[in-house]
Amino acid sequence: METTVVNNNFKSEEYFINMGPQHPATHGVLRLLLTIDGEIIKKVDPDLGYIHRSIEKMCERDSYQQIVHLTDRMDYLSANINNEAVCLAVENALQLEVTDRIKVIRTIIGELTRIASHCLWWGVMGMDVGALTTYFYGFRDREMINDIFEETCGARLTMNYNVPGGLMFDIHPNFVKRVKDFVAHFKTKIPEYDRLLSNNVIFQKRTMGVGVLSKEDAISFGVSGPVGRASGYSCDVRKHHPYSALDQVTFKEALRTEGDTYARYQVRIQEMWESLSIIEQLIDNIPEGDFRVQTNAVIKLPKGEYYQKVETARGELGVYIISTGTKNPYRLKFRSPGFSNLSVLNHIAVGSKIADLVAIMATLDLVIPDIDR
Amino acid sequence: MNIALNITQTFQDWLVGFMPEGAASITAMVIVAVIYLMIFAVAGLYLVLLERRVAAWFQLRLGPNRVGFQGLLQTMADALKLVSKELTGTDRADKFLYNLAPYFVIITSLMALGIFPFTQGFQAFDINIGIFFLIAISSIGVIGILLAGWSSNNKFALIGAMRSGVQTISYELSIGLSLLTMVLLTGSLQLSEIVETQKHGWLIVQGHVPAIIAFMIYMIAGTAETNRAPFDMVEAESELGAGFHTEYSGMKFAYFFLAEFINMFIIACIATTVFFGAWLSPFGITESLPWLGVFWFLLKALILVFLMMWFRWTFPRLRIDQLLSLEWKYLLPINLINIMLMAFLVWQKLTIQF
Repeated sequence: METTVVNNNFKSEEYFINMGPQHPATHGVLRLLLTIDGEIIKKVDPDLGYIHRSIEKMCERDSYQQIVHLTDRMDYLSANINNEAVCLAVENALQLEVTDRIKVIRTIIGELTRIASHCLWWGVMGMDVGALTTYFYGFRDREMINDIFEETCGARLTMNYNVPGGLMFDIHPNFVKRVKDFVAHFKTKIPEYDRLLSNNVIFQKRTMGVGVLSKEDAISFGVSGPVGRASGYSCDVRKHHPYSALDQVTFKEALRTEGDTYARYQVRIQEMWESLSIIEQLIDNIPEGDFRVQTNAVIKLPKGEYYQKVETARGELGVYIISTGTKNPYRLKFRSPGFSNLSVLNHIAVGSKIADLVAIMATLDLVIPDIDR
Repeated sequence: MNIALNITQTFQDWLVGFMPEGAASITAMVIVAVIYLMIFAVAGLYLVLLERRVAAWFQLRLGPNRVGFQGLLQTMADALKLVSKELTGTDRADKFLYNLAPYFVIITSLMALGIFPFTQGFQAFDINIGIFFLIAISSIGVIGILLAGWSSNNKFALIGAMRSGVQTISYELSIGLSLLTMVLLTGSLQLSEIVETQKHGWLIVQGHVPAIIAFMIYMIAGTAETNRAPFDMVEAESELGAGFHTEYSGMKFAYFFLAEFINMFIIACIATTVFFGAWLSPFGITESLPWLGVFWFLLKALILVFLMMWFRWTFPRLRIDQLLSLEWKYLLPINLINIMLMAFLVWQKLTIQF
């Protein structure tokens, strides 16, 4: 298979370096073909496919209940939000109205997933710029969320808590108390994150003005999520196309205009605050009702095309289903946020140093299985 | 003065009784070298353990605590493992330089340890150009890193070595100048005389404002000199894998690793000697109990070592251009002004002496 396209027309000072697929900064099996002049990057050429598992093709084989399980393995840090996307798509196609209880629980779990994902991102962001301690602080807080998930449904990361028509189980009796404990705990920890990393002069020097992405470029590259919002592109699906219980809550969309690495960092920190506020608004009054709406054992979507988008921790995840009326989709396409976000890498990294490339990749928050699928 | 007394001389005097003077001199040197080698190889291992426990303490973990009491034998076991490991290397490496590089690094680290006055009279060599010797020796170590990066035939290692070159050359200046600032106070490069001067107050007190500035510059430059975070661009694991020692394994890797920790200890030892009165106790009772001096020396040095570990586990890494602009645009000018300030202080006799 011809994947390596190395530019042989090097200028005399330039050389080629192969960053990945085994490299600590690529967070998985992403391979970057770098053309470098000394320390300055001349060209970044991402080479994908090292963790391609044909998830979209497997979806054509599976029933709609089974498809949900595959989505866990795309962006595993937003596993629950991915599940929700497929469930919402199927429910909308069936015109199935779920109860308020389902909607509220889905939203709370979704926001907890987002916080967990951002915690992990914050930890590895610190590691990528050389502050190793952040990793453990981020994981300490993420662990609390994983414990809540474990008690709720038995799984910690790839949860499969959502099913078409509702939830797999009802929430655990301890759920409300533990989520409140976490919210109280985490409110004291985000300022700690700021003290340790955000306000550090070295960190600010490393990130400010690095990898600037303009709003125009963000839109034309199809960037979404925190990366887009850091460039001033208002693209929060939760705000513009609210799903589940997100129309019942008020929250601010984290927006910055600088478009640099530090802005992307700040957007994610602010999103953690906003997610906490969403959870706080919902946790006290989870409505009574069924946790699952009865569906047919074999779900057959009516003939047609359906699209549902949600906001994962990385950006806009789209699920596009073409159904011919059978129990399997004819074609199922995921529009993954990581793929579009990766596409700007060459655009914003050229001209910066190797160390900047690592910082930029950290704030793009790439999850490689999400890019490859 | 009895201060110039040193261990090698003591051994030599003892040996002269039953062998010719030339042989006695060489034998004495070999004996002292072997003793120092054993002490500091083990001390280096315990510094690694200390680093791991300190890091664990910062990072909400326990750290190694299984092998031996509280993990005291952990690094010994690690070293044993590294000794027994196969030495792999790259095929097209420059074999001679590749094998030579680790020895450059470890030998220069151990050489520098010879001249520290750990307590009254406990000093392998008391040469009259002590500070100069330290600066010179610590510059040689970087040759080993450059050789390692160059001869490995690995681009990541080469980038690490290039970074190491510019970094060490730049920060040598700051280390040299900040130590020279203090030499203005003592009027001598000989470490035993520097200690003697401090019997009237540690130099950081004697020199007050410029001494404190010099100390801060020294600690920044010293951290950079040892290639430790936040200045660990040389091995920057998130950028370069393992940097200059990517292609080394087994004991050759261990030499680089051990040298880093011994260098850190040396930087702390220099600071202890030059700024904090070496083995002098803060309460002035060392005179009657000379062996207590070792305790005070190690205590001061380990506090500074802890400070450097604290830097490492807190700060993000700088970028290479920021590193250079920090040195050339800030530290160097401040240092030059500081040295004039200190000269003025000494000239006008504004120093504090007890």
